[in-house]
Amino acid sequence: MSPEAKPVIRVKDLTIGYNNNIVLRNIDFEILTGEIFTILGGSGCGKSTLLKHMIGLLQPLGGSVLIDGTDIITAQGSDRLGVLRKIGVAYQNGALFGSMNLMENICLALEEFTDLPKDAMEMIARMKLKIVGLGNATHKMPAELSGGMRKRAAIARALSLDPKVLFLDEPSAGLDPITSAQLDKLILELSHSLRITFVIVTHELSSIFTVADRVVMLDKETKTIIATGKPAELRDHSDNPWVRQFFNRQA
Amino acid sequence: MDNSNTASVDWEKLDEDRLRLVIKGRLDVETTGSLWRKIIKTIAGTKPRELLVDASKIEYCDGAGIGLLLELTQTQKQNNRRIQITGLSPDFQPLLKLFDPGQAAEPPPKRASLAQRIESLGKKTTHWLQAVKAQISFIGEAFIKLLTTLIHPRTLRWRDTFLIAEKAGANAVGITALLGFLIGLILAFQSAVAMQKFGAQVFVTDLVCLALFRELGPLITAFVLASRSGSAFAAEIGTMKINEEIDALTTMGMDPVRFLVVPRLIAAICVVPLLTMFNNLFGLIGCGVVMSFFGSPPVTYLHRIQQAATMTDLLGGLAKTFVFGALIAGIGCLRGIQTGAGPSAVGDSATRAVVSGIVAIVVADGAFAVLYYFLNI
Repeated sequence: MSPEAKPVIRVKDLTIGYNNNIVLRNIDFEILTGEIFTILGGSGCGKSTLLKHMIGLLQPLGGSVLIDGTDIITAQGSDRLGVLRKIGVAYQNGALFGSMNLMENICLALEEFTDLPKDAMEMIARMKLKIVGLGNATHKMPAELSGGMRKRAAIARALSLDPKVLFLDEPSAGLDPITSAQLDKLILELSHSLRITFVIVTHELSSIFTVADRVVMLDKETKTIIATGKPAELRDHSDNPWVRQFFNRQA
Repeated sequence: MDNSNTASVDWEKLDEDRLRLVIKGRLDVETTGSLWRKIIKTIAGTKPRELLVDASKIEYCDGAGIGLLLELTQTQKQNNRRIQITGLSPDFQPLLKLFDPGQAAEPPPKRASLAQRIESLGKKTTHWLQAVKAQISFIGEAFIKLLTTLIHPRTLRWRDTFLIAEKAGANAVGITALLGFLIGLILAFQSAVAMQKFGAQVFVTDLVCLALFRELGPLITAFVLASRSGSAFAAEIGTMKINEEIDALTTMGMDPVRFLVVPRLIAAICVVPLLTMFNNLFGLIGCGVVMSFFGSPPVTYLHRIQQAATMTDLLGGLAKTFVFGALIAGIGCLRGIQTGAGPSAVGDSATRAVVSGIVAIVVADGAFAVLYYFLNI
């Protein structure tokens, strides 16, 4: 990552919650182009909720989320579509369309948004499945896949339109250590070769130390960010004992 | 997207066998589409033995652009021709390797050969036989569990049973009554118009009464229940199956049939006769409306009903509904338990529950018709 990297996502003064129940208050951070950014925190602190706000699925109580300069929360019509084209999201359980095989799952967005000929779409779909290691499963239905394969297929689908930013919700939850390590390798590879910015919600420590350039840590009690920075620095030098505890896996 | 986002291609035929392509600009999902068609068409037209691709003027290249280069490589290689890609920026070089999907996996053949058709026929027959076997064993299991529950009523989950009875029965009173009323009305009106020609409209009551008590009342009520509750049972149990709730029940040592099927069976068996009575009552009211229209006062109408239908007609009709109730609930639950994987499976189960429920009801009704004929009912 070069020092002059520009922020691709700016979260400004974001307050989120359900009804009047505030989950997180006055959140501010920036994610730089090309970095692998991790959102972490204890269970139930609002990580996934924050992610859902960042991709425009939920309305915040206040504040804004700028992706490449456009506020995804207020953007309407073609502006909104433009922002959505720049992001890809891989949901926790894959969220693959059950009635379509993997090839069709990936081609769906290409059919909707591009004028590529059918051969081209199939080629692109095969390429995307190849890089997640599912090159042989193009004609499989999601129901025929294992949990790990579904997650990888979801990443392939999120990559279908070559997004600038890829959001991953708990990518390694429920995977065996080897598959999880392979996934980390894939993330690093994609980040280096395609210069995709990653925003990852996770609490898998080994994966954080392997891939993350920077992390933000959310806290349930104070409902704010309690730490930002490089994972190794936070582990060794954080002022906050809870943060050090978290990174050193102490109860 | 600004207008500088364009890509273009120039080609030059160097000699008989060699074609040079110069690709310029930004190759992304937006721009690659038209370029792809153009290039593939050119290659297919000229069939160059050696293809030289000058990629030095590609400013940006994402998955789609790399896809194009890989497609060219594959087409050339498949036809034993050569390709040379030169000048691709080192930024994009690694992508070529990373993305190369290799040969396309063989898609499943669309047209089956004779042998495959015979094979699929055999597979389908085996599946069908297995399904029949599963159904028979389900019927047996459900019957035994039902009997056990009747012998030991304490083992029944009463709260669930009442809740299901309320949903399937009490909440269906309105629709059953409305349908009964309309059927009585329509049947009476249609037959009255025809019978008036022969001065026989007094017999309309006989016709409607017998038709309702013996056939239409039980059938229509059963159809309503099959489509309202049979599908609901299948969807409910199907969703539980997908969420592994049924597995959870089994591993906790609770028998899913006793837990889920028996309450539904008992609830359905209890509510279908009651609903049928409502249906009959409102059918008679509908018929009464038409009869008073044709000048028959209510007292005459009531008197006529008593003469037209006997208690045997009414009870014979109601006896069938116990069987219909068991069929609806049994088939609904069976389809639910048979649910496959994936969200569309629940929809399929619900559909199959309604379709096979209705077929089973009509078949059972036919069997009752034969039985009643021999019993002189």
